[in-house]
Amino acid sequence: MAGSEPQPRLAPPALPSWVANLIIVAILAVLWPLNSVLEKNLNPYYLQILVIIGINIILATSLNLINGITGQFSLGHAGFMALGGYVAAVLFKHYQPSGSAAILFFLGMLLFGGIVAATAGLLIGIPTLRLRGDYLAIATLGFGEIIGIVINNTEHIGPFLVGGASGLHGIPAYTNFFWVYSWVVICVVCVWRIVHSTRGKAFLAVREDEIAAAATGVDTAYQKVIAFLIGAFFAGVAGALSAMWFSDLDPGSFGFIRSIEIVVMVVLGGSGSITGVILAAIVLTYLPERLRILHDWRMVIYSLLLILMMLLRPEGLLGRRELWWTRRRLRSASAAAEPST
Amino acid sequence: MDAAPAEIRIGGRGALYLGLLLALLEINNLSVRFGGLNALTDFNFDLEAGELVGLIGPNGAGKTTAFNVVTGVYDPTEGRVQLGGKSIAGLPPHRINHLGIARTFQNIRLFGGLSVLDNVLIGFNASRGHGLVGTVLRSARHRRSDQEHSDGAMQLLQTLSLADRYDERAASLPYGDQRRLEIARALATRPRILLLDEPAAGMNPQEKIDLMQLIRFIRDEFGVGIWLIEHDMKLVMSICQRVTVLDHGETIAVGTPAEVQCDAKVCEAYLGEPV
Repeated sequence: MAGSEPQPRLAPPALPSWVANLIIVAILAVLWPLNSVLEKNLNPYYLQILVIIGINIILATSLNLINGITGQFSLGHAGFMALGGYVAAVLFKHYQPSGSAAILFFLGMLLFGGIVAATAGLLIGIPTLRLRGDYLAIATLGFGEIIGIVINNTEHIGPFLVGGASGLHGIPAYTNFFWVYSWVVICVVCVWRIVHSTRGKAFLAVREDEIAAAATGVDTAYQKVIAFLIGAFFAGVAGALSAMWFSDLDPGSFGFIRSIEIVVMVVLGGSGSITGVILAAIVLTYLPERLRILHDWRMVIYSLLLILMMLLRPEGLLGRRELWWTRRRLRSASAAAEPST
Repeated sequence: MDAAPAEIRIGGRGALYLGLLLALLEINNLSVRFGGLNALTDFNFDLEAGELVGLIGPNGAGKTTAFNVVTGVYDPTEGRVQLGGKSIAGLPPHRINHLGIARTFQNIRLFGGLSVLDNVLIGFNASRGHGLVGTVLRSARHRRSDQEHSDGAMQLLQTLSLADRYDERAASLPYGDQRRLEIARALATRPRILLLDEPAAGMNPQEKIDLMQLIRFIRDEFGVGIWLIEHDMKLVMSICQRVTVLDHGETIAVGTPAEVQCDAKVCEAYLGEPV
């Protein structure tokens, strides 16, 4: 019986899990020496661009889980990022650990920043679940603004210095290329494995048709909260990484413009396509830097390029497909991303 | 081909409840009001496993409302809905699905952008899902169960002759295949009761004949109770064991197709339409 049946494959062609895990460990093992090579030989300006690209990949990939994959339009990503960044930075600055304890504390703070942001994701997710589309976008936008305003007006929480409107400065700078890209790997692998598993199809079902999803046994409310939780966690980690790279935090930099930037990466890369969104995060971080030669015209040209890209490829760089999908899947997936359907 | 449905049947929740109860689905004195509109009044109904029962009536009679209450889309204003002796009125739709009621929709509601296989997999996972941590770590056990799910989904697709198109986008299927896929997706959740809302709408005569055979086949192979809304009288009369007729939310006739066909009130409701 088994011989006559077509054996379905989940896309992409699945590697045995130990091979996949080995590859991930190998990538991390390469990142470590690469880090010191880059620090020694690369112009700090380019190293900084690489780090920002990494942070943006984490932000865009995690937002993609909420926006592109689960179909919940969130404009609060900068808020989650601010929470993670401030929690990590405030604690790190307050305790100022030294020596080998510092690196452990740093890693702990990355996680803790993520957890605080995830908790906020849970809290914002539960009451706003019933909202959809534009209404959810406005509610999450409000959340992001509240975070910004609260930070802006908080000088101290108990013994902890938050800095208020003047920002927080002199945060120990422990973030380096290696830690950023390790988190990029963790984030991308997490989201990828969720989407390309039977379990993860439930997120896609919520995006496609909530009523049908519920009738098919998908707990749509739960899926949305989980998407918010995971997305917010990684945004918090990205915020913490970014705070401890720049060693300065400015509450103004987490406004809704920052959220929009991340949304643009998701939309331009192709909502739902993980590789597309990574590509967009790279392009949209590098492009404004590259355009510095244009001086005053930089942002004009940048905006024009965005408009052109949306006109020419409204479904995003990759639509809903991934970089290496076969032609057949490719055709059906790009048809799916056409706005008319 | 026999092996596939058998495996699903043995594993189904229905087995747990077999012989325990009188009627699997029981609806008593159900009323649904939207403001001043009585969408459904004092509706009574029961359904056994393996039965095939019809629900007919003119447009706006309250047929889909009845389905929506049973599947948790609406809360009833009054009355009871019980599945296997347990009240399900007011439960959220996914809980009701887990308890064993699956449905299709009048206007097909597939996950259009996803593949045919994914549509069925979503139904599969809902009834035998696993956790997120295992998904992310991709443990061997988890990989195996993912493989089992897609094997099971493929068997189901094969049973409904959709296996050839498993990697096509659901929205790109021909109409008849979309209807069948919606039924496949509903069956993937291992229901004890399957509600079909106008499955023959928009089909040509040959497709309707095929559909009739398919519905009978599903009832026999999966042992589910099927409750069917349909406008095509020929189809209803030839496959349903019993029929309920609704008009303006009220039940105007209950009985075998032959009995209902001769009922004066039914003829009146349809205004001379050949029943």
